[in-house]
Amino acid sequence: MTDTLNVPGGDVPGGDVPGGDVPAVDVPAVNVHGVSRIFAAGKGPGVTALDDVSLDVAPGEFVSLIGPSGCGKSTLLRLIADLDVPTSGSIEVFGKPARQARIDQDYGIAFQQAGLLPWRTVAGNIELPLELHGVGKAARRGRAAELIALVGLSDFAAHYPDQLSGGMQQRVAIARALAESPSLLLMDEPFGALDEMTRERMQNELVRICAETQAAVVFVTHSIPEAVFLSNRVVVLEPRPGRIRSIVGVGLGDMSGRGEDLREDEGFFRSLSEVRDLLHGDPDSSGTGLPTGVVPKTGARGVETR
Amino acid sequence: MTTQTEQSAPLNRGALGVPKPRVSRRRSAVVHPRLRGGLFGLAGLVLLALIWELYKTLGPADGVVLGGITVLPRTTDLAMPHLAVMAERLFDPVTGAASALPLWQAVLQGSLFTLGIAAVGWLVGVTVGLALALLMQRFRLAESAILPWIILSQTVPLIAIAPLVRRWGAQIQFGEFTWESWMSVALIASYLAFFPVSIGALRGLASPDANHVDLMHCYAVGWWKTLWRLRLPTSVGYLLPALRLAAVSAVVGSVVAEVSIGLRGGIGRLIVEYAGAAGNDPGKPWAPIFGSILVGLVAAGFVGLIGLFLRRFRRGEVA
Repeated sequence: MTDTLNVPGGDVPGGDVPGGDVPAVDVPAVNVHGVSRIFAAGKGPGVTALDDVSLDVAPGEFVSLIGPSGCGKSTLLRLIADLDVPTSGSIEVFGKPARQARIDQDYGIAFQQAGLLPWRTVAGNIELPLELHGVGKAARRGRAAELIALVGLSDFAAHYPDQLSGGMQQRVAIARALAESPSLLLMDEPFGALDEMTRERMQNELVRICAETQAAVVFVTHSIPEAVFLSNRVVVLEPRPGRIRSIVGVGLGDMSGRGEDLREDEGFFRSLSEVRDLLHGDPDSSGTGLPTGVVPKTGARGVETR
Repeated sequence: MTTQTEQSAPLNRGALGVPKPRVSRRRSAVVHPRLRGGLFGLAGLVLLALIWELYKTLGPADGVVLGGITVLPRTTDLAMPHLAVMAERLFDPVTGAASALPLWQAVLQGSLFTLGIAAVGWLVGVTVGLALALLMQRFRLAESAILPWIILSQTVPLIAIAPLVRRWGAQIQFGEFTWESWMSVALIASYLAFFPVSIGALRGLASPDANHVDLMHCYAVGWWKTLWRLRLPTSVGYLLPALRLAAVSAVVGSVVAEVSIGLRGGIGRLIVEYAGAAGNDPGKPWAPIFGSILVGLVAAGFVGLIGLFLRRFRRGEVA
């Protein structure tokens, strides 16, 4: 991974994250422009899940969406995945409308529930997308074996999901998301149901996998350390209506350099407390004080040592 | 698990290298659940037989009468023959005629005949039921249009539709094909059989997790592929009980329809015929009843066999 990692989102108002310039030819992996999603209620005005959200994700960049429940982070992810359609605004994935990107299989996706088919083995589950898209048997086998090795489950290829632990199931789901070598990974709280230890191990693995595959990732989470540890940028959302409160650039270096000791790093703690302050909404930045997407200067607050 | 057993095996051996019983006990525990089910079934049967014989010996000959109403049957040999009488009767000829078959053989023939008709009815019913379920799953409009009629269809008594089916069938004739009475019986059997299948399949097809449906949507695959890869496999857990219910319904439907249509050769006819003999040959009417139970068991067993082949798709239920 090179300096494309720290490329800021071009369309984000005031998205002045330290990093390089966007290469003019580079199409962003994800371009969310002025997107709103209003869920119709039986009576009344309906629920505004997202209100005029704009966000860019550069190729190879890891972006986390974080915020309290009801802030629309999952909704945003579903919109990018074309599992839902925005009420207004546009979403492009690699320069294509989201729908077309889905049809072209430009992204891989993993949900909070591993969502493995119980009647298929680990290998069978990973092969599923390849099988559905007409990849030959031999190629499928090869790719599945490769991915199973990547997520460290080589001894379990022939096991069924109910024979695996939650963490193992989630690894299979990630392998499945990677099956067609997508340049974009969409992950909706994939480690949300795991215990803390498994969770940190999975995060380390995800960092390694991202370094290997060079895919851009949009990652929904409600864990602050998780978001900071994994991301190049953390997008902090606020609820009712769902808006981007701020985008925090995490200057922790590229994926290949991130290891366990990063969790002890001073920069890690600085970003951690910054995101925490934003989330807990200190008086002047909560409410409508800040315009959408404004990034406060990094390190303005004192460093918290937990 | 096997490796664990193998590894721990030496530890379980005593000083002389004789395996302690622990390992074998563990192995038998694996077999037990299925065996235990069978044993319990057998025990239930024995209990039923005991109650029958016990009541027959101890109960009053005129039955238990409360306020002029008989609440428990008479215990005379005519009303409640000994089980041994029923069993012995099976090995005597059907009638006094020299050419008569042993009773069990006649009943077995009738059972096979009915089983064949029920099988045809089951197949037709399952096909129609599945087709309706697919149609309803595919089109929401179809569901609201068809579902009430499906439920309504089961409120019509069989005896009412049997003559209709026969009359309509008699008018069907093209080329070599002529409608035969057994087809009417099979059709009525299918009329009973399709209901559980259509309802069970509809529920089963709608049962996949929203997660899985989303995933299929992400993979941009169409309705047919989603059906084959996701909806049908998930519906197996709902479908198997429905198929078993359909099998039993088809048997009951066949027996009843044989009676109402007057088809010869099956269990239904034998039940009516032998019931007339109850007056002087009390063991005889029980033979076709046992026959029909046998047919039901075979039908349910057949579906069980299908379930064995589809075991893979029921993994989720175990976990």
